[in-house]
Amino acid sequence: MNPFQYARADDAADALRRGAISGAAYLGGGTNLVDLMRETIARPDQLIDVTGLPATIAETDDGGLLIDAAVRNTALAEHPAVRMRYPVLSRAILAGASAQIRNMATVGGNLLQRTRCTYFYDAEGARCNKRTPGSGCDAREGFNRIHAVLGASDACVATHPSDMCVALAALDATVHVDGAEGQRTIPFADLHRLPGDQPDRDTVLRDGELITAIALPALPTGARSAYRKVRDRASYAFALVSVAAVLQLEGDRVVDVRIAFGGVAHKPWRATKAEAALRGQTITQQVVLDAAAAEFAEARPLRDNAFKPALVARTLAAVLTDLARGEAA
Amino acid sequence: MSVFDAAKQAAQGLVQGVVQGAMEKLVPLAPDSWIPGGVPDPLIARKHGLIGKPVSRLDGVHKVSGTAAFAAEYRFDGMVYAALVYSTIPKGRIAAIDSAQAEAAPGVVLVMTHHNAPRLNPMPMFGSSPSAVGATDLPIMQDGVIHWNGQPVVCVLAETQEQADHAASLVHVTFDETPAVTSLAEAQANGVEQGQFMGAPLLDEVGDAEAAFAAAPHRVDQTYRTPRHNHNPIEPHAATLAWIGDRLVIHDASQMVTQQAQNMAQIFGLDPEQVHLTSPYVGGGFGSKGLWNHQVIGAAAAKLAGRPVRIALSREGVYRVVGGRAITQQRVAIGAKADGTFDALIHTGLSTMPPHGTMPEPFILGSQAMYGADTMLLKVEVGRMDTLANTFMRAPGEAVGTFALESAIDELADSLGIDPVELRIRNEPEKDPIKGTPFSSRHIVEAWRTGADRFGWADRPETPGSRRDGEWHVGMGCAMGTYPYYRMPGAEARITLTREGDTVRAKVEIAAAEMGMGTATTTAIVAAERLGLPLEQVDIAYGDSAIPGAIMAGGSQQTAAIGAAVIAAHNALVEELLKLAGNDSPLSGASADEVGSEAGGLARLDNPDAKETYVSILARAQRGDLSVTKAGSAPLETMHWSMHSYSALFCEVRVNAVTGEVRVSRFLGSFDCGRILNPKTALSQFRGGIIMGLGMALMEETQLDERNGRIANASMAEYHLPVHLDVPEIDVIWTDIPDPHAPMGAHGIGEIGITGVAAAVANAIYNATGKRIRDLPITLDKLL
Ligand SMILES: Cc1cc2nc3c(=O)[nH]c(=O)nc-3n(C[C@H](O)[C@H](O)[C@H](O)COP(=O)(O)OP(=O)(O)OC[C@H]3O[C@@H](n4cnc5c(N)ncnc54)[C@H](O)[C@@H]3O)c2cc1C
Repeated sequence: MNPFQYARADDAADALRRGAISGAAYLGGGTNLVDLMRETIARPDQLIDVTGLPATIAETDDGGLLIDAAVRNTALAEHPAVRMRYPVLSRAILAGASAQIRNMATVGGNLLQRTRCTYFYDAEGARCNKRTPGSGCDAREGFNRIHAVLGASDACVATHPSDMCVALAALDATVHVDGAEGQRTIPFADLHRLPGDQPDRDTVLRDGELITAIALPALPTGARSAYRKVRDRASYAFALVSVAAVLQLEGDRVVDVRIAFGGVAHKPWRATKAEAALRGQTITQQVVLDAAAAEFAEARPLRDNAFKPALVARTLAAVLTDLARGEAA
Repeated sequence: MSVFDAAKQAAQGLVQGVVQGAMEKLVPLAPDSWIPGGVPDPLIARKHGLIGKPVSRLDGVHKVSGTAAFAAEYRFDGMVYAALVYSTIPKGRIAAIDSAQAEAAPGVVLVMTHHNAPRLNPMPMFGSSPSAVGATDLPIMQDGVIHWNGQPVVCVLAETQEQADHAASLVHVTFDETPAVTSLAEAQANGVEQGQFMGAPLLDEVGDAEAAFAAAPHRVDQTYRTPRHNHNPIEPHAATLAWIGDRLVIHDASQMVTQQAQNMAQIFGLDPEQVHLTSPYVGGGFGSKGLWNHQVIGAAAAKLAGRPVRIALSREGVYRVVGGRAITQQRVAIGAKADGTFDALIHTGLSTMPPHGTMPEPFILGSQAMYGADTMLLKVEVGRMDTLANTFMRAPGEAVGTFALESAIDELADSLGIDPVELRIRNEPEKDPIKGTPFSSRHIVEAWRTGADRFGWADRPETPGSRRDGEWHVGMGCAMGTYPYYRMPGAEARITLTREGDTVRAKVEIAAAEMGMGTATTTAIVAAERLGLPLEQVDIAYGDSAIPGAIMAGGSQQTAAIGAAVIAAHNALVEELLKLAGNDSPLSGASADEVGSEAGGLARLDNPDAKETYVSILARAQRGDLSVTKAGSAPLETMHWSMHSYSALFCEVRVNAVTGEVRVSRFLGSFDCGRILNPKTALSQFRGGIIMGLGMALMEETQLDERNGRIANASMAEYHLPVHLDVPEIDVIWTDIPDPHAPMGAHGIGEIGITGVAAAVANAIYNATGKRIRDLPITLDKLL
């Protein structure tokens, strides 16, 4: 770990002032950043602790929720409004990490956690364009079972590991940020980038920008949501793949459906092609598999992860048929 | 009759033949060897003593209250902390080391490389002498030559661990790489050689197995694969050490305490007495807590810096420095008659080790004594790869070998339409299939029957893939496990009786290692029983190289080795006591074999009223204490009998029809391991072994990158072990039938637990889904 200074921000303005200095990093629960510092992958020389910033979950005028960035993952998952109205979010959070880590982790930090690619983590012994731009990618021809099948580039095949973010992508959340150039909002689906030739940049955030809150719009009446995670052991493992879905039916026809996949791309993958294919349809196993096939038409599987498109398709079919039957997955 | 009644009867039968007339409480001296015509250990007959009672581990309080000091918790005045830099290439030379930045970093005391490291002798390699325990004899920081990806190349010492870690990250090492063999295919293409284990070729032939197989009416012939595995004990490897004058003091985490001290002395050119190594607590070993590079580097750096050193490996460091289980590719071919009896059993295949290693994975060991077959061919070949030296990992050989053999038997049972339990019972051997010696104690058929009953095996779906519970396929499987009884020579025990007023305390010193199995507790139980003392009056000392003898916590043999040494020392102690007792004692004239111990003293077997307490004997002789040291007898029993432990394992799995996710929902282990000394610690050993087996079946896999021989998942985040939610209720039962030819009638039980488990899981998965997976781990993608 590199030596660093630590300061606790009093409020957003204080955080922004301190965060404007180059080499500064915001510190949430530290469950990811501190690990990366220990591995010398992250080398900030200023840590600005933002866990003292507001941490409330408030109702908004349009019937949604505004969630401050410093809200802990556990608090968000347990919030009655979240559990009742956005079960997909509550379940996604609880499917992740461990109780201890969720107690520490913040909403802001969860959004910006970095990939679990083993080559990204091997700072001494592996090449990684995300960690050291231009050094190459050892994952592309190496162990890539947990890697991307959609939207990857020659430079990077990493996935975004968050469960929570997959739910937020399906919920059409909005990210509120503040920075040197003022406040702005970013549609959740646009926050994370595809790797292209700049895989070191995970998001569209500018230097020093602070995430202040996440806004959740109200779900259409009658919409049901669910999250399902598929992993290598029963708990405490990142998703191999995951599915978040929000389904609204009229009779047995799909009026609205929103789908996001985890574990398949550099970002939580909003499955717009599958959504389009499903609108107006009756949910059956085959209809869903066909919709998923449309989404994965351009999938580029690697040596170890060719199973992912089919696994996602089957999982999606199970999730949507359960939701259509009125059963939560 | 239940197995428990059978055990009781067996125990009673033994007693009657041996100790006629003795009172129930009086325990005669034990024989000091087990040969045909000899007598069993009289402790077997003792029914109401401590043996067989669940006793909580004596060190439990120290551990849960944080007062048990582990290797990385010792400290010396002026101590500095070590951090290592590892090679990033598999083979070649160090071209240059730029350590200027590291040397200038805050707190740095020393940067040690092959340029300034003290000259050292090579590590004594396993097999080169009775005490040698090095996994390799490669020079350590002597010449800048690289032999594996991850080899330590630089050691930084600093005032704090953080400073050392930081400085190590500032060292830049460049390498000249030479071509290396880093894939199994390349190793195989370069030619394979006959594998050896413990100095003997891994090759057994009975008749012409290939010919018998070719002629057999029913056949299975399949290839099974198991990946590399790394050690992940909860306590990462560490040592805290200091040079005090010309003596080296090491607080280590070790399962071979005395041997490591001796080996360190050899490496540093010292007399054995100049090295003092202690290791009272070890946070799990499983074969890995031995001598590796880090202790040697730590001691060398301490010498160079003139400061005591703590060298605690990071979890990544454990993957880079400490070897694990080698990869295997195994063929099992069984030829059988229509009734299922075996004409031919062939178990052959390939494992790997580095050019500088000594040990391939000896996967045929289990197959040597599990089944009878008219002909047999067992053979391990080895390919050489440029990797870290692999080593023992819980049941080396049997753990992965039983996966292949027991899967193949399930395949045969399936194709013959014979129940797999029944098929195994039909192939019970009458004597050791290879050596021809009689079995000392083999009750696996009882274990099968009791286990099947209790598990509800009769309810197994007959047709694979036929049972469904919602999204889940449900199936049951079984497999046999086995592990040999070993007893290695070299164990000594020192028993000291000390008079304290009108009571006596016994101290038993034994050069054993306690890694959390409960060894100290079991030793105390056995010693208390032999001496006729309550547990509270017995102290056990272990884990210290100053104690005489040398024992290894390996091969599940430590309990037997300790048991035999305690017997020898106890017998010598009684002789000394009788000498001290003299003519004024009620025991006067009795020889050692005419007395037994009870209630803090000795009594005549033929007249239990003629007795005297230890206190009285010592007091009359005006002695404050009495001490004897004695080595255990030569382990002749294993020459006369085929001695093994066995298990019958039953597993129920649920396999998700949508995602392929496997959940083990029930598991039962029915064990035949001689007499169980302490049910409480035994249960933990069995369960722990089974849990490790579940990990092996479903998730454990070292990802060795075949492009450069580097371990890609050197972290517990991506190297998966079972978590609580992966472990169902595990039911454990045992026959508790004593082995009349072993000390206390007991077998070691540390390793048997893991054997057979992966096959039981794989066979249950087949029963659930109709899919036969022959490649471990059975991850969900293989089931889609
Ligand atoms: C063993 C383990 C298992 C895990 N398993 C899972 C899992 O199964 N599923 C899953 O989804 N996650 C998992 N996680 C990841 C976990 O969810 C994240 O580590 C956590 O959400 C990060 O939150 P944090 O507050 O601790 O972030 P930190 O580590 O504090 O920060 C992470 C990043 O966010 C930045 N940051 C923090 N707050 C702000 C802000 N307000 N504005 C701008 N930038 C900010 C930091 O600078 C840093 O770059 C696991 C983690 C561990 C260690």
